[in-house]
Amino acid sequence: MIYADNAATTKMSEAAVNTMVAVLNENWGNPSGLYTLGQTAKEVLEKARQDVADAIGADPREIIFTSGGSEADNQAIISAARLGAANGKKHIVSTAFEHHAVLHTLKKLEKEGFEVTLLDVHEDGLVRVDELEKALRDDTALVTVMFANNEIGTIQPIKEIGAVCRAHKIPFHTDAVQAIAHVHINVAEDNIDMLSASAHKFHGPKGVGFLYVKKGIRILNLIEGGAQEKGRRAGTENVAGIAAMATALTESLKDLDKTNEIVKKRRDRLMEGIREIPHCALNGDAVKRLPGNVNFCFEGIEGESLLLLLDDKGIQASSGSACTSGSLDPSHVLLAIGRVHDVAHGSLRLTINEDTSDEDIEYIIKSVKEVVEYLRGFSPIWRDLVAGKKQFIL
Amino acid sequence: MALYSEKVMDHFRNPRNVGVIEDADGVGEVGNAKCGDIMKMYLKIDDNIISDVKFETFGCGSAIASSSMATELIKGKPVSEAMQLTNKAVAEALDGLPDYKMHCSVLAEEAIKSALDDYYSKHGSDKQ
Repeated sequence: MIYADNAATTKMSEAAVNTMVAVLNENWGNPSGLYTLGQTAKEVLEKARQDVADAIGADPREIIFTSGGSEADNQAIISAARLGAANGKKHIVSTAFEHHAVLHTLKKLEKEGFEVTLLDVHEDGLVRVDELEKALRDDTALVTVMFANNEIGTIQPIKEIGAVCRAHKIPFHTDAVQAIAHVHINVAEDNIDMLSASAHKFHGPKGVGFLYVKKGIRILNLIEGGAQEKGRRAGTENVAGIAAMATALTESLKDLDKTNEIVKKRRDRLMEGIREIPHCALNGDAVKRLPGNVNFCFEGIEGESLLLLLDDKGIQASSGSACTSGSLDPSHVLLAIGRVHDVAHGSLRLTINEDTSDEDIEYIIKSVKEVVEYLRGFSPIWRDLVAGKKQFIL
Repeated sequence: MALYSEKVMDHFRNPRNVGVIEDADGVGEVGNAKCGDIMKMYLKIDDNIISDVKFETFGCGSAIASSSMATELIKGKPVSEAMQLTNKAVAEALDGLPDYKMHCSVLAEEAIKSALDDYYSKHGSDKQ
């Protein structure tokens, strides 16, 4: 079995599992307890907070543990919107290809009277900083731009965007769920005010993540209850999950440059191999993308059948076709970079990691070639394209 | 739980009657690329019997399986019987489809009917 859907989730690392089990067995106390068992759990929690803060160049007091990336996105955006509205600022700038945790939150705010500007991400899947600056207004309450896209992996000019936001004194949030532990992030150097992360994207457990909030940026809590996380997020802390997240994050960053060098080389070989298939196109910039992300559109075929046949060959991947999203429209990300419906349905996302071997890469290339050719063999669209009755798009 | 029934997967993995009939008596194409599903049916009809049927499909697993099953259900049958094919019959023969995939069976029914309409328009209107 070749798992090539690491953008969806990752396998927990052995070290993260060990941490989690050890905490569950030994430090199961409530960190709010004043007795020894509670205080040792509190120590585990605060050690994890320190490790997470260190990983992104933050102060531990700037880390709020959450149930994951979606909660962190919701809290950052809703908080900034409410605080902005209190000062008469009801405009938010974001991009057309954010994750739904961001887009759906913005939709909700629009219904409440906020105005949202979604920036074009162009054919290469990259935000233009000058366009972003032009979109800013006196009543802009927040700018939220993802660090790296979850489908096509393109890495945004975060540092430059952050600098523009600083100059205009507008809070800047980034959904870094796909980027953290895969590229170097330093919140101070990258001019980030708020950042969302999720543990299961970097070999940590599901159901845990964090929100970084820079000192001086106000944050409202979404969940009412106890005084955990300094009153910024109620609920007894998921100590084992948080500790495992810290382990996974520290571990991922340890040899990041070395790991990325290997993964990028394999990714580039994978892109090169798939590119040999006629009438296909890479989605997103070839260089400014996550080390493990490969995303292609193939003309004349549909993504779900491609995935099912790859699964039969032992390859687990994903697609932005409508049939895999449960809606009638293909991926909003592919539409945002200008892919028309006809070809957006025929997309394939392969997200590899350090465990994907050179042999795996060659097997994936061979399998994708076979399956695409097979499906085109009885595709009426392909027949019309080849016969010249229709124009090729790709 | 699996995404699809065993029957759907069988027809998806080993689709029956795939291909083209060059001298078809009736050809029908339904769906559009924008929605992600296109089915094309080719019929050969002798003495009001569907002697051969082939299909080509651009679409998801259940679209391919629905096309395949629809061809099986009408092959060798009188035209009048093929006209009665329903999407429900296609879905049932596949041991069911997920709710949001029922439109694939509708498309299969429409593709067959479109091919039969084409046959009638070419060969007179002896629909009864």
